[in-house]
This record gives sequence, C-alpha cells and structure tokens, in this order.
Amino acid sequence: MTVSASHAQDQGKGLPLLEVSGFSKSFGPLKANDGVDLVIRRGEIHALLGENGAGKSTFVKMLFGSLQPDAGSMHFDGKAVRPSSPSEARKLGLGMVFQHFSLFDSLTVAENIALSLDGSFALSDIAAEASRLGAAYGLHLNPEALVGDLSVGERQRVEIVRCLLQKPSLIILDEPTSVLTPQEAERLFETLETLKSEGKSILYISHRLDEVRRMCDKATILRHGRVVGACDPRRETAASLAAMMVGAEVAGVRRTPSPADSEQPVVFSVEGLSQAPLGPFSMPLRDIRMSLRAGEVLGIAGVAGNGQSELFEALSGEQTQGNADIITIRGKPAGHLGPNGRRKLGAAFAPEERIGHAAVSTLSLSENVLLARHASDASAYLSGGVFGIVRTGALGRALARIVSAMDVRKSGADPDASTLSGGNLQKLILGREFDRQPTVFVVNQPTWGVDAGAAARIRQTLVDATAAGAAALVISQDLDELFEISDRIAVMHDGEMSAPLDAATVTREHLGLLMGGAEPEKHHGVAAS
Amino acid sequence: MSPDMAQAILLTIATAATPLLIAALGELVVERSGVLNLGVEGMMIMGAVTGFAVAQLTGSPWLGVLAAVIVGALFSLLFGVLALSLAANQVATGLSLTLLGLGVSGMIGENFIGLPGVKLEAISIPVLSDLPFVGKVLFNQDPVFYLSLLLAVGIWWFIFRSRAGLTLRAVGDNHASAHALGINVLKVRYLAVMFGGACAGLAGAHLSLVYTPQWTEDMTAGRGWIALALVVFASWLPFRVIIGAYLFGAVTIAQFHAQALGIAIPSQFLSALPYLATIIVLVLISANRRMTMRNTPASLGKPFVPDR
Amino acid sequence: MIRIEVSRRRQHSQFFAIASPFIALAITIVVGAIMFALLGKPPLAALYAYFIEPVTELWSVHELLVKAAPLILIAVGLSVCYLSNNWNIGAEGQFVMGAVAGSILPVLFPQITGPLVLPAMLVMGMIGGAAFATIPALLKARFNTNEILSSLMLVYVAQLFLDWLVRGPWRNPEGFNFPETRTFHADAILPEIWSASGRAHYGFLFALIAAAVIWFVLSKTIHGFEIRVLGESPRAGRFAGFSARRMIFAAFLLSGALAGLAGISEVSGAIGRLTPSISPGYGFTAIIVAFLGRLNPIGIVIAGLFLALSYLGGEAAQISLGISDKVAAVFQGLLLFAVLASDTLIRYKIAIVRTGALTNGGAR
Repeated sequence: MTVSASHAQDQGKGLPLLEVSGFSKSFGPLKANDGVDLVIRRGEIHALLGENGAGKSTFVKMLFGSLQPDAGSMHFDGKAVRPSSPSEARKLGLGMVFQHFSLFDSLTVAENIALSLDGSFALSDIAAEASRLGAAYGLHLNPEALVGDLSVGERQRVEIVRCLLQKPSLIILDEPTSVLTPQEAERLFETLETLKSEGKSILYISHRLDEVRRMCDKATILRHGRVVGACDPRRETAASLAAMMVGAEVAGVRRTPSPADSEQPVVFSVEGLSQAPLGPFSMPLRDIRMSLRAGEVLGIAGVAGNGQSELFEALSGEQTQGNADIITIRGKPAGHLGPNGRRKLGAAFAPEERIGHAAVSTLSLSENVLLARHASDASAYLSGGVFGIVRTGALGRALARIVSAMDVRKSGADPDASTLSGGNLQKLILGREFDRQPTVFVVNQPTWGVDAGAAARIRQTLVDATAAGAAALVISQDLDELFEISDRIAVMHDGEMSAPLDAATVTREHLGLLMGGAEPEKHHGVAAS
Repeated sequence: MSPDMAQAILLTIATAATPLLIAALGELVVERSGVLNLGVEGMMIMGAVTGFAVAQLTGSPWLGVLAAVIVGALFSLLFGVLALSLAANQVATGLSLTLLGLGVSGMIGENFIGLPGVKLEAISIPVLSDLPFVGKVLFNQDPVFYLSLLLAVGIWWFIFRSRAGLTLRAVGDNHASAHALGINVLKVRYLAVMFGGACAGLAGAHLSLVYTPQWTEDMTAGRGWIALALVVFASWLPFRVIIGAYLFGAVTIAQFHAQALGIAIPSQFLSALPYLATIIVLVLISANRRMTMRNTPASLGKPFVPDR
Repeated sequence: MIRIEVSRRRQHSQFFAIASPFIALAITIVVGAIMFALLGKPPLAALYAYFIEPVTELWSVHELLVKAAPLILIAVGLSVCYLSNNWNIGAEGQFVMGAVAGSILPVLFPQITGPLVLPAMLVMGMIGGAAFATIPALLKARFNTNEILSSLMLVYVAQLFLDWLVRGPWRNPEGFNFPETRTFHADAILPEIWSASGRAHYGFLFALIAAAVIWFVLSKTIHGFEIRVLGESPRAGRFAGFSARRMIFAAFLLSGALAGLAGISEVSGAIGRLTPSISPGYGFTAIIVAFLGRLNPIGIVIAGLFLALSYLGGEAAQISLGISDKVAAVFQGLLLFAVLASDTLIRYKIAIVRTGALTNGGAR
C-alpha cells in the first residue's frame, strides 16, 4: 500500500496530487462510470486497468474536461476543481497522450504542437523548444515534417512532446504501447522513469499486465464502470490481475498444436504481390509471398500502418491484381477476381474496421449478413434470377443460426448494426463467415477493441475451424494473440513481409526487431516449412 | 488591338472577376473549416437584391453594400443551424439555401424590377491612376475591387500565418482531434460559415451595384456555383483563387468582345463558355487525384456530432 | 445562452421516419402563415388559396396531375442517385435535353406520321436525357470530377442550347419570328387520360409506373440493397463486391432517362411544341420532392402531388389575393429546409439546453 518514497527528492513527493471521489456518468441506460474513486500521489505511476468497455476512457475524458461527470468531485493539488474543457484541464497541470492520437495529418509537427499551447507562440520558438525537449527525453522529432507522413511511433512522440511542453504535473497515457514494437515500448518506459524521477505523476491506462506489473506503483481496476480493486501490481501475478479485470478466469484457447503437415494441400498462396500506394498516406506492398496449407494458422504481426490494411484489401479482392496467378485459392487463380469471386472459391474475409467496412451501421443485422453473402450464397438468399429478389425468410433464419452459434447479444429481432457493442458486432461479422464453412479465412485484427470473453470465443472458433481443415491468415498487432493461435508468424514492416517463422520457437525479441525494421536474417530466417 | 481597347477589356475582366473572387474567397474559408456550403448562389443573390434595394431606398450605395454583407451572413446562419447544429446533410442543406435564396430574392426584388440602379462609383487613387496603361485598370476602380484584393492577401495571411487560421485548418483536417484538444469545433465552423455568407453577400452587392446596376431575377446566373468550382480549382489556396477568378472573368466577358469583334458565333454558345470552362477546369484539376486528395480538407462535408 | 445539443440514436427512430415529413409540413405552414401576415395578407385565406382551392374543382385536379407528373418522374430517378450518394442536381438540364431529343421527329421530320411516332419520341427523349446525364457520370467515374458542379453547369448549357435551337435552326418558319418550333402534329401528341374532364396526360401514368417499379427494386431486390450500401458506405460496398463506378453510371443513366421522359412528356403532352422555357424549374423542385418523399418512391408520389399544389396555389393566390407568384418558390425552399431539419430527428435526439447561467465553468 505504501508508495516507495526511498528516492523521493521533492518535498511534496508522496502527497496526493489528484483525488477523485464518486465520478459517475451515464449514457442513456448504460452506466459508464458508477462512483469511481481514485487517488494519485506525486511521483507515482498509477495504472488504471480494465477491459474494453470497463469505463476507462469515460473516466479519463471526465478528468480531462472533454466530458462532464453526472456526479462526483475532483481535487487537484488540494483544490476542488472541475475542468469544463481540455484547455482548462491543461491549465490545471494535466497532460494527455491519447490512444487514437489527436493529431492533424495535413499540419506539420510544430503546428500540431502549437495547437495545444494556449497563448501565442512563434512557430519557430515552438520548433526549437520541441527539439530541445525531444533531445532531453530521447524523443527525436523533425518539427517541419507533416504528421501524415510519420510512423505510428513517431506520432506518439509528437503527442508526448506536445504534452510535456505544457509542463504538466500529471500525465495521462491511454494505451500507449498498443501501437509500439517491444523495443519502442522499452524506450517509452525509460522516458516515463525519467519523468517520474522528476516528481511528475503518471496515470497509465493499459490492459497489458506485464507492463503494469513492471512499471506501476499502484493500480486501480475498473469493471463495468465500478472500481473493483486497488492494489500494488508488483505484488500481484498477471493471473490475479486478469481475474480482477474480467471478474472470472478467462479460458485460454484450447488447441492441439499440429506440426506443419506437408501432406496437407496448399489452399491459399500469394506469389510476388506488389502494389503502388493507393493514396497520399497509404503504404505500398512489396513482393509479398506466402502459402497456407489446410489446417494451419499463419499470423502476421506488425505495427499499425505498415501495410496490413493494404495487404488485407489486396487479399480480399477489394484491390485486384493484374496477374491472376499472383493469388490462388484452392489451386485456382484468383488475382483477377473481386471479393465475391474469391468468396465463391471458398475464401472468407473479416476486415479491421467493423463499422463502415465490414458492416454498415444503419443497416439491420440480417442485411449485414446479406452484405457478405449475397453472391457466395445467391441461391439461398436470392430468387427471381436477374431481378434478385431478396428472400428475407431465409436471411432471417441465417441470422438466427449465426446469433446462436456465436452467442451474439442483441436487442430486438433484427436491429440496426449500430446497436451492437464492438464485441458482439465482431462476433456477427466472423459468424456470418463461419456459417458458410469456408476453406480460407483472412482476418485483420479479429479481437481489436473486443472484451476478453468475446475475444476468447473468437480465437477459439478460428482455431476450431482450422482443426476442421480450414486455413487462417490472422493479421494482428497483438503478439500475445498471435502466439496463442498461430503455427507460424510473419512480420510486416514498411510494406514488406518477412518469411514466416515457427511460432513455437521464435522469440518476442526477434519479432520485435523485425517489427522495428531491423533485418536480423530476413528471408532466410528460421522459416518453418 | 489598340491599347485603349486592351485597357477597356482588362477593366471589364476585373469587374467580372471581382464578385467571383470575393465569393470564392469566402467559400474557401468555409471549406477550410471542413464545411461544404453549396448555398453560395443563394447567399449571393440575397446580397444582390438587398444591396440593390437598400441603395435604391436610401440613395446610398454604401449602405446597400453594408446591408448585403449583413444579410449574407445572417442568411448563411440558416445553413449553419441545419448543417452544423442539427448535423443535416451538407449537400442537401446547401442546395436548399440556394433554392430558398432564389425564391426570397425573387419575391423581394419584384418591386424593384426596371428601376434605375444606384452605382457604386469608382475611386481614383491619386497619382497612381495616372500611370500609363495599368493606372486605369488597377487604380481607378470601384471600392469593392480594392477590397477583393485586400481580402485575398488578408485571408492568405490569416490561414497560414495567424494562430486562429491554424485552428481553422486543424478543424478542417480532423474535427475529432480538434474537439479532443478542446477547440470549439462548432464555433469555429459557425464563424467560418458566416464569413462565407458575408463574402457572398458582398459579391452579390457588387453585381447589382457595380457590374450591372439594376435588379433582374436570377441575375447571379450560376456565379455562385462557379465560385464553388474556383475553390476546387485553387486547391484551397487564396492566391490561386485570384488567378482562377480572372480567368473566368475573361471567359465571361469574351462573349461581349467577340460580338464586338464581329466573330460570327451564336451568342448562346458564347454564353455557355463560362459553364463549359468550369467543367473543363474541374476535370483538369480533379484528374490529378493525388494532389486533390492531399489538399482537400480531410473532414470536408462530414457532420460533426461530439460524444456526450 | 441556449444551445442545441444533438446526440446519436443507436437505433433509428421508426416514429420520426414516418412523422418527419409531416413535422416539416407543419413548420412550413406556420412559417408561411407568419410570412403572409407580415405581407399584410390574411393568413388563413392565403393558405386556403395555396393548399385547398386547387383541388376543389375537377379541371384543376387535372392541372395538378399535369404538374405532378414531371416532378414525380424526375424525383424517382433522383432518389436512386441520392441513395447511392451520386449528387445529380442537373435534372433540369436532362429534362431539357430529353425534350429536345424527343422533339427531333415532329420538328425536323413532320412528314413522318403514324402510331409509332409517339413511342419513338418517348424512347428518344429517354435516350437524350440519359446521354446528357452520362457526361457528369463519366467525368466522376473517370476523373473524380465533382458531379454536383458538373451536372449543374450542364443545366445552363442545356438551356442555352434549347434557346439557340428555337431561335435559330428549329424556329417555326411560319411562326412570325416567335422563338418556338412548329406545333407538333396529332400523332406526336401524348394523349390525355380522360379528355372529357381535363388536360392530365399519360405522363402521370408513366410517373406512377416508374414509382412502382423503382419502389419494388429499392425495397425488395439485391439491386436496391446495392444502391443503399454504396450510398451509406462505399468501402463496405466494395467489400460486398459492389462497384461504385458502375453505380455512378446506373444512377445517372436512370435518373437522366426519367428526366428525359419527363421532358418529352411535358412538351408533347402539355405544351405541344418547343419554346425557350419549357420548365418552371421542375428539375430543381424535384430535388425537394425527392427529399420530402424521404427518397422513397411512394413518398415521392405524395410529395410530388403536394409540390404541384404549390405551383397551382401560387397562381390561385395571385389571382384571388394579389400575392406574388414568387411566394411559391419561397414555400418550396422553406419546405426543403424544414424537411432536412426534421429528418435529423430520425437519427439524432435533439435537446435544447440552457448553458452558462448555472455552471460557473461556462466562461471560456
């Protein structure tokens, strides 16, 4: 319980900096925060743990003045405060590094920084100060660069430098490592240690338990909008923290690792896929090669924005290839085919963005089933030949089947997709594909932003499908997930894909180096055959 | 062509270009904030009828100009309430502003058809206006002409050199980020929309008080739409709007001079030139997809509804 | 300070989806009444003249159908465009070009007669409208050119082209220099539905058929689904294997063809020859009709009848109360505003909140 104050130098160290009591916030019937209490002391790194949807973001938004609490009070530096806007919160001494960065692609680094500073500064002064601060904390930046051209790690540096320039006494970091390579995360931890030694407090929001146990002095755990525990994470195990977060033990994926079986037929192959960038901030694809045999899971790791979504669209047929032989599905050339041609050959796809790509929020659930299956299952769901009359009855039965198979929680018989939570919508999106029993799955970030229960179910279903003879290509930023379900793991960096490595033998460090663009032994690594 | 004639042509080009320039500059600011207001034609014709009516009733063209600016800004508020506060579809809302403006101006203007107009007189700048050749074109013009050029410089400075302009660009680039930083997105957009309305009103007043000092129904004749195209043509850069506006000014007056020069083309074909030119210019600009994508304000036309 | 706060509904409101056009009507009528009062006219009498008087006599109901036919035909086509996110606002031009193309036979080849003339004219009218609509479609699909501006610019081009034709090469040689073509011969006239009681011609029937067919396609078939998906989210549409580019052509060609059909029906049914002004802005009013009908063909039939009423009402009010016929245009603009505002209620909750007075944090 006591904060380690052994290396305290400031007088005020160890005294409470922020005290929140009884923060509550409701959105309609949903209580996003229900009487949340939290105390952060000076010089403390305090973890806020919780699953997706536990209320972490809502809580932080209230701290930072972007949302107003329905009830509760907040003391900062001993004074009762209630920031009504982010700029007020900044004046108090709160700094925020957002998870989905609040940056502006078309503006320069210096302009991005200037926007969060109150009062007027000359842009040249800001650039100089940003460079100085960046150097001091090991966060190197070019102030003239357009933010849209930066990598994800560089963007985070902009966010952090922008935050530090305001000289905050409390820095809030929202899931800072979710987009970093292990090595980049390491550098971030060093920066945080430096800040802590200067007496600054940090509120560290994460669901990565190892990091929290390593770095944080104290942890508060949220579940369903309530505080369910406060502890010293260094004295807990990852399992005990996870149990507090989820409220129950989450079952790991059950699978029997099958040594790569060269007897199995190749059901999906990519031979030399290259593609020019599609837009100003898009990545090219460079000579991608892979082949999947029935029954195996190939994981593709990588930091966001290294060509994963471009790869997905090329594989799904949303971008077709000039040469049909570049992609084969079950031995048949498919490079020239659009999404439906590839679906008909037995492939199934689930993109990263659920709303606006995999599904349309304003359409009903059954219409969203039709979205992916109107061509591959035309005889089941359409009648009347060229008229293409939709058979709503058959569609309704398919929806019922998917809902019960995947345990999709919904309100009403056939509501709009916008009414579903992220996890339930993802279950529907994957369920509509599983329902067809395809041969090849290509899924991008299957459990991104999904609660632990739904994520476990999704992974299990994928693994079960491959056990039954399908092959799966899983693109994910979550290394834990990839280690859990993959037979082989490849890494995407800068539009290139490494040779796949055996998941049983490859180390995190090795993958991390590949993710960061280092080339330990690219193309002739420990390639599993 | 004699120097006198060249001078006369340049003068008419400047007069034809000025309303396009002002309206396009106003819309440029609006679009930089991420809002697409297709109601320029409607706001412009409201400015034209107001300017004419007030000048006619008070005898003062200056009061006419002032009233046109105010009415343009107020009229744009209608768009603001719908498209910003109520998050209505911006394309449809802008269209309805144009239709309403054409209707209301027709109703108000009915009593002014055929009445003699009050012209806003040129202001001759001493010494400079006596310069050979360029003197008359640049320094013996109506006050709105001077204002239009000042406006272009001022807007360039505002957008790229001022802190408020940086905020404007940020809101247009990513309204969610701007909101997260504590920028009042709707306030910025309301101000931009009203500025655009004021500019369109001024452009309309120039039409009915300088260009052709009289009131005729639908006298804007698509100039508001051309101004919208100019913003795209200019890739949202103020100085390129000047180039575009003068090009179109030249095309617009080509019909008069072509007839004077005895070129035997039916007048309807010449009248169609500005519209055809608009299409051609749009095609040339938009065919360069990479460039347009980079310059287009990223949140253009998307309604913003903050989480609560 | 009073502020409007909108927040997204998770499930769209069925109630407001139906109620919103009526709310819009109510708003328009109230604002209209205030406007009449300000103009010094008795509001109730004026509203009566606008909305009741035109339907009190059979001949004027016929007139209503004459006016409603082009509005419905055009608006039904536009609904497909707008649902699929193709902003064709140049229907006025496609209407004109349809009228011109359809008039080629009776104007240039008056010697050709017989029962096949009229069907040929109608088909040519549709082709003319569709061909003209292909221009913005092609430019959008090929060069990514903004279709709003290109389709609108072409309206002016079409009007000038018509003006040139009727004053120049197509002018009636026996017409005393009036800017109009020769009068169509009997085989080129679209017949009246029930000529004993009024002027309503088969154009209205075409409108009803078009509305019924498009309603079926939109609500029951995969093609309607494709239109809606591409309109809501082009990226999801691509994922579903639909082609946004093909949809651009389909939507523009369909709406152009229907606008062209409206044009030739108007000329051959109601006017009987080409003149410089064959449309009182049907192509633009149809935009209002499409939105008031909530982009649903059945709603569009009702909305088309209603807006036709505003044209007739404008004339009636001018005669009986001396109210400018320009007021009709104001009414139409107001109505579109009101319908867009009330449509917000379908997807958003709206609250009007007082701020600043109670919280001390209001000062920024």
